[in-house]
Amino acid sequence: MAAVETSRPKALLIYNPKARGIAYQVLLCALIVFLAWSAIHNAAENLARAKIATGFGFWDNTAGFDISQTLIEYSTTSSYGRAFWVGLLNTLLIAGLGVVFATILGFIIGIARLSKNWLVARMAGFYVETIRNIPLLLQLLFWYNAVLKALPSVRESFTIPGGTLLNNRGLFLPQPVFGPAARFALIALVFGILAAIVYQVWARRRQMATGQQAPILWVSLGLVVALPLAVLALSGFPVTFIYPESGRFNIRGGIEVLPEFMALLFGLVIYTAAFIAEVVRAGILAVVRGQTEAAYSLGLRPGPALRLVVIPQAMRVIVPPLTSQYLNLTKNSTLAVAIGYPDLVQIFAGTVLNQTGQAVEVIVITMAVYLTISLVTSGLMNLYNRRMALVER
Amino acid sequence: MSDIATTTDAKLMEGPAFVRGQPLAPLPPPLAEAGAIGWMRKNLFSSTLNVVLTIVCAALIVWLVPPLVKYLLIDAVWEGSIRADCLPRPDRPEIGACWAFVIDRINFFTYGFYPIEERWRVNVFFVLLAAGVVWMAWLDAPRRDLGVIYFFVVMPVVSLILLLGWPLVGLAKVPTTSWGGVLVTVVVSAVGIVFSLPIGIVLALGRRSQMPAVRLFSVIFIEFVRGVPLITVLFMASVMLPLFGPETWSPDKLLRALVGVSLFAAAYMAEVVRAGLQAIPKGQYEAAMAVGLGYWKTMGLIVLPQALKITIPNIVNTTIGLFKDTTLVFIVGIFDFLMTIEAARVDPNWATPGISTTGYAFAAIFYLIFCYGMSRYARFVEARLAAGDRR
Repeated sequence: MAAVETSRPKALLIYNPKARGIAYQVLLCALIVFLAWSAIHNAAENLARAKIATGFGFWDNTAGFDISQTLIEYSTTSSYGRAFWVGLLNTLLIAGLGVVFATILGFIIGIARLSKNWLVARMAGFYVETIRNIPLLLQLLFWYNAVLKALPSVRESFTIPGGTLLNNRGLFLPQPVFGPAARFALIALVFGILAAIVYQVWARRRQMATGQQAPILWVSLGLVVALPLAVLALSGFPVTFIYPESGRFNIRGGIEVLPEFMALLFGLVIYTAAFIAEVVRAGILAVVRGQTEAAYSLGLRPGPALRLVVIPQAMRVIVPPLTSQYLNLTKNSTLAVAIGYPDLVQIFAGTVLNQTGQAVEVIVITMAVYLTISLVTSGLMNLYNRRMALVER
Repeated sequence: MSDIATTTDAKLMEGPAFVRGQPLAPLPPPLAEAGAIGWMRKNLFSSTLNVVLTIVCAALIVWLVPPLVKYLLIDAVWEGSIRADCLPRPDRPEIGACWAFVIDRINFFTYGFYPIEERWRVNVFFVLLAAGVVWMAWLDAPRRDLGVIYFFVVMPVVSLILLLGWPLVGLAKVPTTSWGGVLVTVVVSAVGIVFSLPIGIVLALGRRSQMPAVRLFSVIFIEFVRGVPLITVLFMASVMLPLFGPETWSPDKLLRALVGVSLFAAAYMAEVVRAGLQAIPKGQYEAAMAVGLGYWKTMGLIVLPQALKITIPNIVNTTIGLFKDTTLVFIVGIFDFLMTIEAARVDPNWATPGISTTGYAFAAIFYLIFCYGMSRYARFVEARLAAGDRR
């Protein structure tokens, strides 16, 4: 019996897909390495020629500029590193507040868009279509230049009942000063929050075991809000307010909210809420109608049906795009630079970059911050998704 | 009593006096259930909550709309040539939008500082671009394959020569520093789309490639760019790009911004295209392989045509985002449409207290028309594709 020729006919190496793949990859790597090397080489040469220092030595140098809003101690003699933290905290402040308000507004508008009330649905639709289609930067400039900067001057400030002043320098809120007895109220608040959590756990267990429902909302509200207030009243309101007083050119006392901050917050919240509304609407529509009908046929009223059946299922669809909207809001907060709110980009990639000239380091640090925020958020998102994913048989 | 009984009996014996030959016309529905009133009861006042909501919304409309109409149209100033025309006068105490300002500066908003005698070139560019957009957007247009070549190759080259100038063919050079207004906004968007789509397709293919190095590079690029704000990318392009080149190389300011915008948009396009690629069933790849097609032929002839078709709505949505994001170039000092508004509103010739609002209203209407138009188009394509899938 003749041996069967089993080996394939010999082909040239260039027709072997595996060899070609390796060749392509080696070429790509070589190209990238060459580009990176030449970029670094050129940059080093250019920087040396311009006599710009390299490295992160500038971090501890004196910054020498002032920042209009600082959450931590900062003065002109502080270091660039300190300025970085001030900027980062300002960014996180605007992003945190923006996320909270945009979520509230977005959910309201998203649900309103699905309302059976024709007028409500139409108005919510109009809001979404208009706001989404106007660039955020234009909206920020409008709020800042056309609304907040057009407010009356310090001497003719609007007085809002409660001692708040509003003028073209910003919003001035009364500043609460807590007396020594106020700590009892603080203790009561902490106790109330803990008690509310314990109560919720107990109520849920009891409902699981016996089916009896407990008025969770009212009891929690009572524990968290009413209890501290009662303690505050019993201890004789040890809180005084420093009211902002308008002087000739300036305002003394009170908490100052910069117009830049307000414009940025308004702009971000209003813009992002339109996108969140669409996310919410899509999420609710993604829950099949049978679920609502099943809930009705079990005798649930529309409110509980929405709360207990539709929303928990819709959340599974809503949360991933919602997170990416939160990230967008955070990234969009960099537009602060256009209206002069001292966020990370304005302070660091703006002033610090101009003063030190160390473009590469400054931009790399700034990008790394945003990249970290995104990566951490999407990591958490993936964890959440794994927990919430439908467990199928 | 009995008298009546006998007469009815007699009548019955004669047979029925009247039999309806035709069915009765149906009664009109109750007034409360039909027509405008019924519609309102059903859609506006179906419950106590809805009554309250309707009243609140109506109040909101009454509070917002008349002042807006009054501001934009009734009290608006349409004619004038200096700021005094837009200031309140005794005979006209209420001043609305100062459209005279927009009419006066419309050429500045459109062309920036482009030399007046050369502006026809910009107009030709607008026409060329519009033709390309229509060719691409009209799904039943003839020879769409030629349209692709026109849009991605011919038009960019011709436009570049036209706008920048080429003394050899008799077009004077116009430096990009004198470009401005809508021209720059349109150029940035057009360059963004023309470059980001092909780069995005390559990145999306790279991300789904079998080759680990290619995949890794694509993933890093896409995730990096999507993780940072556009402003930092623009800063990087405008500050760091010149550092990376040789000493004599100083790229044009607009070019730097264009590179930044294109790379940024490419990462987003890549994800959109990847979603489309993932939607193509595996059988398509296998069928292509079975008939002996190589990688590029499989992709070019079988997979990409289907994937791109279903991604059109998302590509348009990304383009809307890109169009809105072009406003950010103004932060790195490029004279785009929004920047011309900013410059004109503080111009002492026109600066009045209300001029900012007018400028922003005009810009808002401009962006609203284009973005809303594009989103309607995306929805139309979506509906049409859905119709194709219906059996």
